[in-house]
Amino acid sequence: MPRYFTEEHEWIDVEGDSATVGITDYAQEQLGDIVFVELPDVGAMLDKGGDAAVVESVKAASDVYSPISGEVTEANGALEDEPALVNSSPEEEGWFFRLTVGDKDELIGLMDDKAYKAFVDSL
Amino acid sequence: MDKAHARPALGFDILSDSQHDDDAAEEIGLGTLPLDAWHRARGARMVPFAGYEMPIQYSGEQISHGGGIVAEHNWTRDSASLFDVSHMGQLGVSGASPDVDAGAALEALLPGGIRSLKEGRMRYSLLLNDDGGILDDLMVTNAGEQFGLVVNGACKWDDIAHLREHLPDDITLTHYDENALLALQGPKAADVLTALVPEAGALTFMTACSADWDGVPLWISRAGYTGEDGFEIAVPGEFAEKLADALTADARVEPAGLGARDSLRLEAGLPLYGHDMTDSVDPVSADLTFALTKKRRETGGWMGHEAVMKVLDTGPAQRRVGLLLDGRMPAREGAEVYSGDTKIGTVSSGGFSPTLGRPIAMAMIDAAYAGDGAQLTCAVRGKHLPATTAPMPFVPHRYFRGS
Repeated sequence: MPRYFTEEHEWIDVEGDSATVGITDYAQEQLGDIVFVELPDVGAMLDKGGDAAVVESVKAASDVYSPISGEVTEANGALEDEPALVNSSPEEEGWFFRLTVGDKDELIGLMDDKAYKAFVDSL
Repeated sequence: MDKAHARPALGFDILSDSQHDDDAAEEIGLGTLPLDAWHRARGARMVPFAGYEMPIQYSGEQISHGGGIVAEHNWTRDSASLFDVSHMGQLGVSGASPDVDAGAALEALLPGGIRSLKEGRMRYSLLLNDDGGILDDLMVTNAGEQFGLVVNGACKWDDIAHLREHLPDDITLTHYDENALLALQGPKAADVLTALVPEAGALTFMTACSADWDGVPLWISRAGYTGEDGFEIAVPGEFAEKLADALTADARVEPAGLGARDSLRLEAGLPLYGHDMTDSVDPVSADLTFALTKKRRETGGWMGHEAVMKVLDTGPAQRRVGLLLDGRMPAREGAEVYSGDTKIGTVSSGGFSPTLGRPIAMAMIDAAYAGDGAQLTCAVRGKHLPATTAPMPFVPHRYFRGS
């Protein structure tokens, strides 16, 4: 299952016509203690690069953008009770939402694991 | 970025503070404070603040609690944290000759009793303009041969200009810009500091003294901005690292950054200049009436007196209040406050309280709703979050007033 990354520090796992989105370990570390995650509603239509979720740390609110366009099929309910999952397990249990893959071509231009690592090292 | 987003994207300068005075700082370049390298060696994330690079939080194995705003916050409530607040302005005000009354000169600009301040005692006060608007908030100490002022870092250059313009020519104003200022805050602060500097143990809340530590001259105040017992220690910049090392050599002390300082002061109900009060807010509206010394309300003779008395007589149109929010979603500065469908004010500071485990805020709202227990809402991203006006501090102060 290929995983892609954006320059805004989201990750996206693609499996057939469905994808799972979250934020990277680097992003959670930058944010610090996460106290609340506002997730999109199931059925919401997201645009590539558009607002998808908001993470609230103690200090500030930050936008999470959708790496691709699609319809939200599931939001991670576990984050409601335990937003700190984003800190402890950002790239697994702390996933944000699932959506349909509307246009596979939108994945072109996203980074793979190696490219993202190089990108973070350059920051 | 091709579209206008309301908030920063992830990783985009997430933790920097958008202080309104940063623009001016960028023009002249960021300053470096005496503990700059000390912070970086301890895993500090440095951000521009009040014209300087300042630590917002720490991380790494050297920090016993692991670092991060919440851990630093909790450590301050449970043990003791060392904050670098060297960006703040340390000023001295004295008469050019012994017959010049510096206290009287300051009383022309401050609404508090200054001449009545005994040696070694300090008072919270305000610099006001003619319209009663707050130019800055500050601490004044009677240090014997002079009055010591500690003012906000982001305001200090304007404060100095204001003081110089309005203080008589026979008043000497000194800016101790070579000094560092370290704040040691928390229930274990007194034990830690007293072990190094025994004189500190004799201080009670809002008193101050000079001390000699291993040949280094210190000026120690028992005060702070966290709601906890603690001290602010002025030290010559060249000895700041030595003092910071000595304090953090004690296992009860860890460094803490501006992030924890902000969440701690919010829980303590302490307003932040530029956010909870500005030059268009008077002391009564800012709920700082206690800073207007009773006798001086009657006698007057301070800048802004007439305007402030008018507000005192008629009551303020709006007042700063505390808000307890339901749920977990914080309302940040700028969020609108509603009673039903009516907009009645704006959040001036807001965030998540680590101690209470829920969001809290300060807001400036119409005075009619400012009593405790008013059921209101805060509008955040199209949602109306239930909020109740609540007395401050949100977390009780634990100052040491004597045993």
